[in-house]
Amino acid sequence: MLGSGLLQGLAVTAKNLAGSFHDPTRYVTTEYPEQRTKLPENYRNFPFLVHDDPADPAGTLRCVACQICEKECPPQCIYIVMERDEKGKALKRPKVFDIDISVCMSCQICVEVCPFDAIKMDQEYELATRDRFGGLLLHREDLSKSNEYYHQIHPTEAAGVDAALAEQKAKQAAAKAAKAAPAAPKPAAATRSTTAATPAPSPAAVTSPAPAATPPAAAPVPPANPPPTA
Amino acid sequence: MSAPAANPLPLLERLPVALRDACTNWLPESWRWLANSLLSIVAVFVVFATLFALLTLAERKILGRVQNRPGPNRAPLPFLGLRTYGLAQPLADGIKMLTKEDIVPRGADRVLHFLAPVALLAFSIMTFAVIPYGRTLLPVELDAAVLYFFAAGAATELAIFMAGWASRNKYSLLAAMRALAQLISYELPLLLSVVPVVLVAGSLSTSVIVEKQGAWLFGILPQWHVFTPWGFAGFLIFFVAALAESNRSPFDLPEAESELIAGHLTEYSGFKYALFFMAEYFGMCALSGMGVTLFLGGWQAPFPALGFIPSYCWFAAKLLALLFVFMWIRATFPRLRIDQLTRLAWKFLVPLALVNLFTAAFWVLSAGWAGPLAFARWVVAGALVIGPFLALGRRLSAGLGPRSYRYA
Amino acid sequence: MSLAFLLIAFLTVATAAVAMALRNLIRSALLLVASWAGIAAFYLWAGAEFVAFAQVLVYVGAISMVVLFAVLLTRPSRDEAEVTPASAGRLLPALITGGAVLGVLVGAIVGSPLRTTAKPPPPVTVREIGLQLMGPHAAALVVVGALLTVALLGAVVIAATSRPADPGEPR
Repeated sequence: MLGSGLLQGLAVTAKNLAGSFHDPTRYVTTEYPEQRTKLPENYRNFPFLVHDDPADPAGTLRCVACQICEKECPPQCIYIVMERDEKGKALKRPKVFDIDISVCMSCQICVEVCPFDAIKMDQEYELATRDRFGGLLLHREDLSKSNEYYHQIHPTEAAGVDAALAEQKAKQAAAKAAKAAPAAPKPAAATRSTTAATPAPSPAAVTSPAPAATPPAAAPVPPANPPPTA
Repeated sequence: MSAPAANPLPLLERLPVALRDACTNWLPESWRWLANSLLSIVAVFVVFATLFALLTLAERKILGRVQNRPGPNRAPLPFLGLRTYGLAQPLADGIKMLTKEDIVPRGADRVLHFLAPVALLAFSIMTFAVIPYGRTLLPVELDAAVLYFFAAGAATELAIFMAGWASRNKYSLLAAMRALAQLISYELPLLLSVVPVVLVAGSLSTSVIVEKQGAWLFGILPQWHVFTPWGFAGFLIFFVAALAESNRSPFDLPEAESELIAGHLTEYSGFKYALFFMAEYFGMCALSGMGVTLFLGGWQAPFPALGFIPSYCWFAAKLLALLFVFMWIRATFPRLRIDQLTRLAWKFLVPLALVNLFTAAFWVLSAGWAGPLAFARWVVAGALVIGPFLALGRRLSAGLGPRSYRYA
Repeated sequence: MSLAFLLIAFLTVATAAVAMALRNLIRSALLLVASWAGIAAFYLWAGAEFVAFAQVLVYVGAISMVVLFAVLLTRPSRDEAEVTPASAGRLLPALITGGAVLGVLVGAIVGSPLRTTAKPPPPVTVREIGLQLMGPHAAALVVVGALLTVALLGAVVIAATSRPADPGEPR
């Protein structure tokens, strides 16, 4: 019938109008800033530094100021100064760790190359400030956030990192124990025949090259493939 | 404007006139007429200005909800900081309009540039004088009320031309010409759809037209003009022509943002723009009010049992329903091009309005048919309405159809 | 002569006079529209409501559009909406023509037998106007209707064939 298309159109808009009061699919507005949408796990904005113990954030920063991320950063927005004691010896902590977020392009390369899982991507986006230069330069204290926070924003990724770090620590502990163990029976084994390889040193001999090889290999592998989450 | 002495009306019904009399009864007789008129002018203006403010908000909220979003819901009250679901938005808009700089182009005709919104608003407000808002609430009782209404409405077109010309902007002028073409084209269906109402009611006076729709068929069905075949067709034609006369979507070519900026309003800013806006909404309200009066029974209640609700409440309810339909239509349909507009007016609406006049004449002449002939009367009138509509529509949309796409 | 009549007459004549005197053609047209509105006010003062509203509807609502469109569409550019100034050679013929017309009008007004005391106008309703138009004056109504139809058809014919069709252009 002539004009039925017009009436169908009116019915569609009426359905939308009535539905917007009770049907969530017909009212898709999130009223920011009273409400905020749940960010997906993969969302990233600017980096942050992970510390393991909230009671001592400066002391338990995972970052050892190796400056790999500074060198790999494409727009060179990271500035690191290693902390040195009075004699000039490098303490493995950053004295200055600045990221200029007006330059940072969120490429995540610093995260990918960090051997110590020290720098990860944050999800904070409400960073607007009135100070154009100083306000967008984040210092070590601003960037340092706890591992619990990391678990909150990237649960799967953080769990993987924690598992990898625990495994690494276990291997190091085992390697240390194995190194300590052959040191004791070593004078005793030297008196015995050199032909028979005792079962005590052999697992140490087998595992000793492994811990040396795994730390560099273990670190990049788990964070490089975070499982995709919905 | 006086209540009949025989059976006094209920209190709510008498309330507005009683209030007015309480204010002016102390004046001497010769001054009372003037004071009463002034009071009714002030009352009409205050009511419709408030309605205008709330309508802008309602439009934005309704359009928002149709588009899956809330409308404005943030504007707080000025010093209290209290958010009121957007009810303070018109206040915020008013303050914004008042504090904007009033820019007049250097070469513009200052007198005409100033007079255009003034004239437009003046004529739009003048059309409110003859609409019966309630049983005893007709501001001016005129013998030729309908003619007065359309005469004042026709004078608004002049103001649009003044706005386009005075801006010294060839695009404004072009848009003003297009707006004039649209307004003139749709004057004809508007007036032609009203002629059958005058024919059937036998008078040009709005109060008589409303009273003629006061009976109830079989005691329960209202005998409003819209419930007759010719009245239904006439109402639809009137409604479409009213949409075009008040420059509302889908006929808002003159003032759409994508059309020559803002058309004839391009060079207007601040309060003058708000006045144009106000005049457009007043035109919408006035035409809706006239539509309610002519076709929807004015202040009559739909069922006799609901007669205890005062007449002005019924009028307000019908007016608000029509305004809601205006907004619903704005949310639904895309804009028409100028050639589609004018083709719709001249080739579709005018012939249908003329046929409708013929149908109404048949209806009047066959008023005496009773019994089975009454049924035949409805069938014949219905055929006279639907037949030409379908035939003309088919013929005009002959070459057009759902598009088929061929991909290379 | 009441104050209202004098005021309406003054406004009508003044706007018409200023419309003649202005250089800007568009402003003249708009002032002419104002003088037509003054005539409508005069009809209202005289008690002829129907004629007054018809005057507004027809003159202010439609004929003003015709005049304005005609002025705009026949002017090559906006600045030429001004009228060329009078020259000395035109003065004598202007005075003679104007004086002749003035003499005829004044003679007609003074010479016609007008009553000095006006009777109150009979109460004419729209119904009576309708009955008069359909009854004794039906022939005039039909002739006027036929004239308007012929004019409309003529306008359509002129508009449809005025532009010579270009050979390659679709009409």
